[in-house]
Amino acid sequence: MQHGCPDDVEYFHANNLTADTRMSWPVLYAQIVGANRHSTSLGKVWLSVLFIFRVMVLVVAAESVWGDEQSDFTCNTLQPGCENVCYDQFFPVSHIRLWCLQLVFVSTPALLVAMYVAYRNHSDKKRLLQGSGRAGFRSNKDPDEDLETLKRRRLPIAGALWWTYACSLVFRLLFEGGFMYALYVVYDGFQMPRLVQCDQWPCPNLVDCFISRPTEKTIFTVFMATASSICMVLNMAELAYLVAKAVTRSLGGQKERKTCRKSSRERMQNKTNQKLFVST
Amino acid sequence: MPLTPPAEPDPELKMNWASFYAVISGVNRHSTGIGRIWISVLFIFRILVLVVAAESVWGDEKSGFTCNTQQPGCNSVCYDHFFPISHIRLWALQLILVSTPALLVAMHVAHRRHVDKRLYKLSGRTNPKDLEQIKTQKMKITGALWWTYVISLLFRIVLEVIFMYLFYMIYPGYKMIRLVKCDSYPCPNTVDCFVSRPTEKTVFTVFMLTASGVCILLNIGEVVFLVGKACSKHLHTAGDSTMGAWIQQKLCSF
Repeated sequence: MQHGCPDDVEYFHANNLTADTRMSWPVLYAQIVGANRHSTSLGKVWLSVLFIFRVMVLVVAAESVWGDEQSDFTCNTLQPGCENVCYDQFFPVSHIRLWCLQLVFVSTPALLVAMYVAYRNHSDKKRLLQGSGRAGFRSNKDPDEDLETLKRRRLPIAGALWWTYACSLVFRLLFEGGFMYALYVVYDGFQMPRLVQCDQWPCPNLVDCFISRPTEKTIFTVFMATASSICMVLNMAELAYLVAKAVTRSLGGQKERKTCRKSSRERMQNKTNQKLFVST
Repeated sequence: MPLTPPAEPDPELKMNWASFYAVISGVNRHSTGIGRIWISVLFIFRILVLVVAAESVWGDEKSGFTCNTQQPGCNSVCYDHFFPISHIRLWALQLILVSTPALLVAMHVAHRRHVDKRLYKLSGRTNPKDLEQIKTQKMKITGALWWTYVISLLFRIVLEVIFMYLFYMIYPGYKMIRLVKCDSYPCPNTVDCFVSRPTEKTVFTVFMLTASGVCILLNIGEVVFLVGKACSKHLHTAGDSTMGAWIQQKLCSF
């Protein structure tokens, strides 16, 4: 008899942030890939697009483009503090930080699914152990083997898991759309201007301030926005697929009930006919 | 092929190219021999060289770009005018985009394995050893997988060529010039601007382009090999049929 936390829940606790765990993209990847086992094929494609075209491009390329964004932000004045103030006015939140937040928020609904699966496994495990305890040593099935298959099995996306999965997809869509809209509103579109004019105190008058690498930044902003839209399209397609699957499943179930009812009606009719025939 | 990453100042960066390598090299098992050579060339002569050498050459590209003027902002504007996108970023994007068609093949293999597993279960073979064998067996490149593989190769070739063309469009001649003349606002007149490390950059540009060319040739060779293999198999199996006999007759008459 096993006591204490089941393995899935333990996995969760062990992998949450502790004092010596450094949160980084590979750690997030490990968490999300674990939840991926129970997704549809579209979900797996979505995960690849997310990590290869967004996280990788962010870390490998985009971070070095925005690396010198404040140090190379130059204003046409010697007034101390003017550059700081103007930079702060035009860049309330850097693109890089917005994308990092977006990627973190968009990845986490998958953990809803993982939590539900862990909960299901936990309750099934309890039931299994109770069942094997009652049967005693008369059952010829090995309980350890059953536990192993329980851990490794892939749950079908039906019932409560369907609702959890659909909710996670809706949350993903909301987060993606929300962050893209926020980026568009904060930076007035996806294009980075070369020159901004600033007259915040302590700048002495309307000064020209020059942004570093605006063209490269525009290219990467458009790239990340495109990748984000592709991810949204994949999520919508996945949602449509799940809804269609559920509808066909319920229609199939209705048809079965109808044919059962039809066949029993036919049988009754046949019996009555036979009785009539025999009586004549 | 084992890849030993060198000591890198940024472990996260290394971790991401290394995890990318783990993802792509997983496809290695289902590639042809030429495909495995291509993956090795990609990771050793392009990604490794990019991370270890090229990134430090282009590291100070902005800070070392100096214009002959004290006008604030002229440096930034002239740099932006002559370098809309840095070589390093273009190469990183090229390497990422060129490697991803291999994932098409990986997805197809996973789908086939899933189908095989279901067939096994339906036919009653639920022995876990059999199911494990499905996971570890090497898929033969035939049928639909052949088409997926060839299409992924064609995508690779097209993407490589597109990026080489983009390079030529943005930086005509592949050579890095020492001096550029710039007169965008706010530069007061036509100022001389000096690029940092132009010769070293030219050397690495030529190296990366050569490696890219070699990869294109390997991909073309792989396509020819696969097509040739499929044709010869078709001819062998259709040996007794009239079509095969006709083709053999035609070939023998030369």
